[in-house]
Amino acid sequence: MSDEKWTVTFIVFRKKDEQPVRYDTFTLEVSPNEYVLDAVERIWAFHDRSLVFAHACHHSTCGACGMRVNGVERLTCITPIREVTRNGGTVRVEPLRNFPVVSDLAVDMSRLYQAMDVVHAQAVHPLDAAPLEGDGIRPPRQVPQPEEEGEFLRLADCIECGLCVSACPVAGTDPAYLGPAALAGAQLQSIARNPDLLSVVDCAEGVWRCHSAYECTAVCPSNVQPGWRIMDLRRQVVAQRIKALLGQR
Amino acid sequence: MNEPKKLHSRGVLDWFDPRGRQVGGWGFIINRISAIGLTIYLYLHLVMLGKLAQGPEAFDAFIATAKQPLILFGELLVIIAGLYHGLNGIRIALTSFGVAVRYQRALLIAVVLLTAAGSLFFAIRMLSIH
Repeated sequence: MSDEKWTVTFIVFRKKDEQPVRYDTFTLEVSPNEYVLDAVERIWAFHDRSLVFAHACHHSTCGACGMRVNGVERLTCITPIREVTRNGGTVRVEPLRNFPVVSDLAVDMSRLYQAMDVVHAQAVHPLDAAPLEGDGIRPPRQVPQPEEEGEFLRLADCIECGLCVSACPVAGTDPAYLGPAALAGAQLQSIARNPDLLSVVDCAEGVWRCHSAYECTAVCPSNVQPGWRIMDLRRQVVAQRIKALLGQR
Repeated sequence: MNEPKKLHSRGVLDWFDPRGRQVGGWGFIINRISAIGLTIYLYLHLVMLGKLAQGPEAFDAFIATAKQPLILFGELLVIIAGLYHGLNGIRIALTSFGVAVRYQRALLIAVVLLTAAGSLFFAIRMLSIH
């Protein structure tokens, strides 16, 4: 590991209870290969123990440390400082948008979890619905079949970090919108397999609320491709409606 | 019952803030701005048509005003907004039904290039007439 050191100024969003928002500045000597979360932890450990933020796994699995770094939604545990600033530069750290702020950089993610619950988002998916290889959005040509009856399952990609909800320009003006992560969770189950989902997603707060900004896909750290999945869900909804119109099930 | 917690959001202002946005986000922002511009123009257009009811003199006076460079520039903005909004509408309609979603960035670049080419064509036509 290189001994290179950078001097970086961190401008950190602060908010406690009903107090007005303020930004605190901390100048640190860091390795450019460290991650933004490392710097935030160091600020908490050595400069201000009242700083509140969420984190857990440090390897992009838990989805707890999502923040806005220089205005862009990032999973801070996998965002190297080198990627977001330069020696002598600044890094602005803010909480995710479109969620209530609990304190400083920590937000209340209930909105996301409730939406995931509404669509009964699964922790595992059939392999043919969510292939492991390729572009991650089209079923592979040949899905391996287990020797015994049944199907292979895989863990869901979505780590429920909330970056997609924060980046979505529509989620900030419609608190009832299910949001990209939940709609992607619905698409992965498919309406044909789970017809009850139709009424949940075919509504103003479901697939039709999306305005195709694709910011969700741009910030997703897990390659879930929520933008594509919402569009595919629309296609499924229209197909189901046409079938219903023609009297088919 | 507890009041709903206030979202950390600037509401509609976030629709128009390009900072930190990616290509698709820029497409969204320009789509919104062009939609607002075209809506305002629709009202101005109706006001202009209302001049017809006030007799030929009023209408001729309005047409003379409309030939001023600032108004012509405004008309060019309407053409740019119309072209962008219409072409981007086709892009969104396609992707909304699962067509070419993975190419939405390329489609947006094509929309911008076509808008620029169309705007240039109409700008030359307008300047050559006036």
